[in-house]
Amino acid sequence: MLGGQQHGPPSISFATVTFTVSFTKHQEEQMLSAAVPSLIHALPMVVPMDDSWISFDVNALAQNFWSATFDGLTFGAIYALVALGYTLVYGVLNLINFAHSEVFIMGCYGVFFTLSALNFGPSAPHLSFWAIVGNLVLALVVAMIVSALTALIVERVAYKPLRKRNAPRLVFLITAIGVSFTIQYLLYVWRGPSPEPALTMFRPTPIFEVFGTIIDSQQIVIVVAALVMMVVIDQFISRSRTGRGIRAVAQDPDTATLMGVNKERIIITTFVIGGLLAGAAALFYVMKIPSGVQYNGGFILGIKAFAAAVLGGIGNVRGALLGGLLLGLIGNYGQVLLGSSQWTDVVAFVVLVLVLVLRPQGVLGSSLGRSKA
Amino acid sequence: MSEAIEPVIDVEGLREEGVDLALAEQVAPDRDISVKVGDALVEVKNLTMKFGGLTALDDVTFDIKRGEILGLIGPNGAGKTTCFNAMTGVYKPSSGKVLLEGQSLGGLAQHKITRRGLARTFQNIRLFGEMTALENVVVGLDARHRTSVGGALLRLPTHVREEKSSIERGMALLEFVGIADHAHFLSRHLPYGHQRRLEIARALATDPKLLCLDEPAAGFNPAEKEELMTLIRTIRDDGYTVLLIEHDMKLVMGVTDRIVVLEFGKKIADDVPKVIREDPKVVAAYLGEPEDDLA
Amino acid sequence: MSTTDGPTLLPSAGAQQDAVDRESLGKQKKGWFNGLGTRWNGLPRQKQWLYLLVIVAVAYLLPILNIPGLTTEPGNNWPLALAQMSIYALVAVGLNIVVGYAGLLDLGYVAFFAVGSYTASMLTSPDSPYVHIPYLWTLPVAMAVAMFFGVMLGIPTLRLRGDYLAIVTLGFGEIVRILATIIPAMKGQVGFQNVGHPPGTDSSGNAIFLNSNGAPWYWLTLTVIIVVLLLAGNLERSRVGRAWIAIREDEDAAEIMGVPTFKYKVWAFALGASVGGLSGALFAGQVGFVNNQKFDVVTSVLFLCAVVLGGTGNKVGAIVGGALVAYIPLRFTAIAEYKYLIFGIALVIIMIFRPAGIFPARQRLLAYGTQVYNKFTHRGSDTPPGGQGEAVGGAHVAGAEEKGAQA
Repeated sequence: MLGGQQHGPPSISFATVTFTVSFTKHQEEQMLSAAVPSLIHALPMVVPMDDSWISFDVNALAQNFWSATFDGLTFGAIYALVALGYTLVYGVLNLINFAHSEVFIMGCYGVFFTLSALNFGPSAPHLSFWAIVGNLVLALVVAMIVSALTALIVERVAYKPLRKRNAPRLVFLITAIGVSFTIQYLLYVWRGPSPEPALTMFRPTPIFEVFGTIIDSQQIVIVVAALVMMVVIDQFISRSRTGRGIRAVAQDPDTATLMGVNKERIIITTFVIGGLLAGAAALFYVMKIPSGVQYNGGFILGIKAFAAAVLGGIGNVRGALLGGLLLGLIGNYGQVLLGSSQWTDVVAFVVLVLVLVLRPQGVLGSSLGRSKA
Repeated sequence: MSEAIEPVIDVEGLREEGVDLALAEQVAPDRDISVKVGDALVEVKNLTMKFGGLTALDDVTFDIKRGEILGLIGPNGAGKTTCFNAMTGVYKPSSGKVLLEGQSLGGLAQHKITRRGLARTFQNIRLFGEMTALENVVVGLDARHRTSVGGALLRLPTHVREEKSSIERGMALLEFVGIADHAHFLSRHLPYGHQRRLEIARALATDPKLLCLDEPAAGFNPAEKEELMTLIRTIRDDGYTVLLIEHDMKLVMGVTDRIVVLEFGKKIADDVPKVIREDPKVVAAYLGEPEDDLA
Repeated sequence: MSTTDGPTLLPSAGAQQDAVDRESLGKQKKGWFNGLGTRWNGLPRQKQWLYLLVIVAVAYLLPILNIPGLTTEPGNNWPLALAQMSIYALVAVGLNIVVGYAGLLDLGYVAFFAVGSYTASMLTSPDSPYVHIPYLWTLPVAMAVAMFFGVMLGIPTLRLRGDYLAIVTLGFGEIVRILATIIPAMKGQVGFQNVGHPPGTDSSGNAIFLNSNGAPWYWLTLTVIIVVLLLAGNLERSRVGRAWIAIREDEDAAEIMGVPTFKYKVWAFALGASVGGLSGALFAGQVGFVNNQKFDVVTSVLFLCAVVLGGTGNKVGAIVGGALVAYIPLRFTAIAEYKYLIFGIALVIIMIFRPAGIFPARQRLLAYGTQVYNKFTHRGSDTPPGGQGEAVGGAHVAGAEEKGAQA
């Protein structure tokens, strides 16, 4: 992330893979103020000749293939949970809820404050297994509630008045970005620019080895929990009465209303479900990136999650899962191949554009209304 | 120019109907059409349109002769609007083709189909709400204009000429459909009937060889329908060919030269109104719905 | 009326009166500067030019006048503040083409601004190893490069629905910043010092265009704005402007009416991008230093706020909006820290309560429309009193509410 680091050899070891969102401008400035003077002198000869900023290191990828895969799946699971929020709202309202990234980051703050109150700190806690589980479940519940509430408030305050007067799409989109911005800077004013101190929930312990790569407890927890939630949601959408309502509204809001579906309630439910999932994603995100709780931490993750939703087929619940996992993998392979963790974002973006060019309906096709199963 | 075949216009007939001839002259199409009056201008050949498992149009074939008013009717869901949409490029037909002056329209972008000479109005009015009536019409006229960004930026002579002529022709078109005194109103502020007329003016502005009207009388009272019939006749008399989708049998019978009847996506009849009225298949299709109450 | 399936059911008789009633209803709802546009369009051409001349003259005199109360001093140097305001205003004019006219939401506009800045700095700064050209030449180059990026980004996304454009541009805005960090040639945080400036020295031999001297930069940018404004006006009152508004109003209907919608969307995007690039180049010259820290997505949202504040689709409003967005934090330094929060909230509130912005104005889309419209004013009995002024001239807040009913 540092301006100066890019001149060193690209670091490939996975211990150093970080999530790029977590640095702010201010933080960078602080770190850099010390480094800059010497760099200015050093640069004229370094810059144009140095071509190590991008590599095409197939060896590195081959070596780290499995670790990149498992790590990618872990990130992918988180993307998928957030992507579901985009997909559901998009399916029902045909609207990109730009504020969903903030719904997610509010959940992260919920996790942070709960765990802080429970005396979690930078080092792993000395608690019994079940105590940790209990605490994490509590944090999960708090995060889900905070995120769902945020989603609910956003819907009521920002979108409902527009819907009532039948505003053009552009107005919805501008409002959405405005809400996202407002929440970000409310957090900024409240918590300041730097990330919250890191929280370690538990020390990842190796569980088993696949293809010479160790899979740790953290990865398993995240992937399994995310998968379980996705299955639950998928079943909920396809089996339950409310789920049927959601699909009906997604397919044809007017007819659904005529058939006695309460559209307003369905919309609220959709936002709340999206919020609950974002809250769950928040716990896993903080688990994976302990120092990622920051006022603008949701932004890039939001774009990636949206890219995941589009990749899988926006409006399609299973598409969100598939898209999330795929994007996690592609991003990780990309960064190993290209030699810097920063490339994950670029790769994700390129994937988004490519999908839009080649197959805008996504891998699994894009209709919440039609996804019967 | 040499290939153009001028239609014979019944000037006396027009005068009798009280048409302003100078105005009609200004509004009349000024494009070359390569088929003779009475020959097939548009040919719809074996048009089939499938949505998933549903066949909305099944092997429909008919043609539209230059200078006529053709009615396309059928009970609800018979595939009239689908046929329309497949013709104007909104849908891609599953099979079959649409020929305009013998040339296929398949695979063309919608705006190119319009430029070829197929214009339409919408069942549910779709005007540009934030534009005045005149500006709406000029958007239609723009389909024949050549100026693009460069010409407009530098105000090149072509641009100036086009702008000036479009005001004149736009106003003439508005006068033709009878709403010239509303030229300066935003189209969303126009009364409903005027909006319908403005749609027709906007479609005429693209200088079409075939004008397709999709239920232009929807929501009209009998008096307004009467006025509309007169307008449609005047449009035809001015040299346009008209395809009319309509629910109201009285209107269709009163104004069309020929009628094509669709039922469940299939063509069941194609004849002059008098024969259609007596056709047992058509009567059966409309069974239970007395003709005159269909509106 | 025999049936009830029409969107706006109005009997023909007395319909005109109804239209007028609705106009005046709309008028009561509109807020602060309502009559302005109406009155303005009512003025004869000569008078309009006269007023414009006065306004422009005052605008040019602003750095010298330094009016108490209006000035940003002592907190911030007034001419420098003006220079910044003018650059923001230019950005807003460019973004207005994309968002206001064509109705395309570009959330990564700062990327084009960045492209312009980097183009200018890499072609003039001594820190850059590449070809150096005189600063003024970088302005057209920056426009061309930004336009190129606009087209490259527009072609894949503009075929799709507007939402995708919003998210792709949002991503692009961030990517440009990341690339500026990763790619060594763009020198990340270190950036480029001593970006070039236009030639010329004053009587004592000092360069006129100093980074610390805002006035000449302000005058330069103001001149650029006026030129861009005239050109944008030409486009607005032409086939191009009509195509854009038609696309904004109903894209499908526009396509069916013969508007090549994709082509004109790409044009809107490309022209918007080029103005963004131009303002970026001016910014680079004025500040004299470019690095990767200046172009975050947050700034994009500020730009958007400028357009929305001024009234989407209103180029004069965009100037005011742009200037305001730059001015408020400089003038009221106490709240400068909260500017993002304030503008974020402003964005939501404007969209909910006043989607037409401070200066709601309708685009004038006919180069020679005035004469025709004026005929109606003079016909008297034909037009109900007051009808024409509002209809052509003016404000249109009620629009958003009613649009749905028409679809």
